[in-house]
Amino acid sequence: MIKIEGLNVHLGEFRLKNIDLSLDEGDFFVLMGPTGAGKTVLLEAIAGLVPVLGGSISIGGRDVTRLPPEQRGVGIMYQDYALFPHLTVSQNIKFGLRYHKHDRESAGKRFQKFVDDLGIGLLLQRRPETLSGGELQRVALARALMVEPRVILLDEPLSALDQGFREEIRLLLKQIHRSSHITFFMVTHDFSEALTLADKASIMNNGAIVQTGSVKDIFQKPSSSFVADFVGMKNIFPADFDGDTATVGSLTIQLPRPRNKESGHIAVRPEDIVVSLKPLRSSIRNSFAGTIRGIIDQGFLYEIHINVENRVFKSLVTKGSAVDLGLDIGTDVQISFKSTAVHIF
Amino acid sequence: MVRREPFYWVSMSCGIMVLAFILLPLAEMLTAPSAAMLQETLKDKNVISSIRLSITTALSAAGISFVVGTPLAYVLARTQFRGKHLIESIIDLPIVIPHPVVGIAILSVAGKNHWLGEILSDLGIRIMGSPTGIITVLTFVGMPFYINAVKSGIEAISPRLENVSRSLGAPLWSTFARITFPLAWRSILVGFIMCCARAISEFGAVVVVAYHPMIAPVLIYERYEGYGLKYSQPVAVWLILVCLTLFLVLRILALPRKKTA
Repeated sequence: MIKIEGLNVHLGEFRLKNIDLSLDEGDFFVLMGPTGAGKTVLLEAIAGLVPVLGGSISIGGRDVTRLPPEQRGVGIMYQDYALFPHLTVSQNIKFGLRYHKHDRESAGKRFQKFVDDLGIGLLLQRRPETLSGGELQRVALARALMVEPRVILLDEPLSALDQGFREEIRLLLKQIHRSSHITFFMVTHDFSEALTLADKASIMNNGAIVQTGSVKDIFQKPSSSFVADFVGMKNIFPADFDGDTATVGSLTIQLPRPRNKESGHIAVRPEDIVVSLKPLRSSIRNSFAGTIRGIIDQGFLYEIHINVENRVFKSLVTKGSAVDLGLDIGTDVQISFKSTAVHIF
Repeated sequence: MVRREPFYWVSMSCGIMVLAFILLPLAEMLTAPSAAMLQETLKDKNVISSIRLSITTALSAAGISFVVGTPLAYVLARTQFRGKHLIESIIDLPIVIPHPVVGIAILSVAGKNHWLGEILSDLGIRIMGSPTGIITVLTFVGMPFYINAVKSGIEAISPRLENVSRSLGAPLWSTFARITFPLAWRSILVGFIMCCARAISEFGAVVVVAYHPMIAPVLIYERYEGYGLKYSQPVAVWLILVCLTLFLVLRILALPRKKTA
């Protein structure tokens, strides 16, 4: 559906470098990366809003690289929603209709459907300045969908919302995606959003795509220490490999399978590290003694920092277990993790 | 009661001095002529026609600025390109050039020994001593004010609104007409007023290019030179009154509406 090949964009100081990306029709695709990675610029390049220096973009088999934005069939929804402040909600939603062939009756029905589905019936005569964040969001969504784009680009649609609204809109996006053939291309820097919404994702850094794959794969098999760090792998260590073991300083760690390369990084998710007071009687192969150096409150959980042979491992423990185990700074503990929990790159 | 700092009293006294400096001469001039004299002046055909000429030429200059300056202001507000600062400096040049020099510069290209002057002359367009010449001068001095006001007005509108409009299917022209213009019209009106105000107050450049037909400032100067202060004052009062009314109306139009929920 969308095929991007060797895309290069120079925008002032900013560059997109050799972007390759391919999406199928009806995908829910998520683009992730830290602030300043170039996510919005890539969106704008697909929409035709920034000049492209090299490479090509095709949508539905048609090369659109040199087409003006209005001829691409791509809708864009910005983080700040960009509703037209001088028009009412109803005028905003219908803004694009006149540029698309439509018969009045079906457009009217579609309008009514979006208004009902999004629950914005009472807002139609109001101006954007009087709406709340969640309301602005719905109106912007209705406006983008009204012209029946083939692709809809969403720039961090949830980040400006309160937690409660965020859940609601997330569900709504999922519903709309399921009930339409529209390809969704969403930018976010929140990995949990990607996990709940998308089938496929890319991670971007410094204007380049560093990994593309299913969200699950990215989460479980990050291809670099940057991706691992980005998706929340906190225990990342440089390691030397020898067969199915890795050496991290003076620690020898069992790997899920033998490695060919000599050195690289290993990573373990904090939630995969078990903390106990005594060594566990189980098949877990990696078990080390250490001392607690720090405890960070994370709401429902504590992040425990454990010093093992001058390396700090981070583990997540529920507050209940922390109290049961009597964990405190200075407590000697045992950390254990399965060899399958060790990620190598 | 809180004791005021010395700084407060210093700023207060400076403020009062500045206001007095501006208002005193104006008030003196406005109140000097008697009502009878003002009425008498109104019967003078030269006065009426000079004020009318001042206003129509200033409005024409602002109109020309609107037509050719708006697209330029849009491009300057929305695009980045090499040499943009140079173009902005060129646009600001008329603000810093001494006024008689502007007049001389315009005459030097409009004269018969310049190719442009020759073309104009062939087309039957006369700059020297004509309303066309006055409008040319006023556009020259007023345009920078128009372009700068409109440019900053357009810069204040998020380009994302235009982006969304394009992605909804609106071509560039339609996006300008339906999004940019309705959101920028107050700045456009403010630019129009600034340009008019600058044009109406111009004397030095006009007097070089067109002593006749007389615009109001030239007439006021002539009365002052020929007959003295007393005879120039009533004309000045009428010019000020007419301008104030005009600008007041435009300003009220440009004021933001009270928000209704």
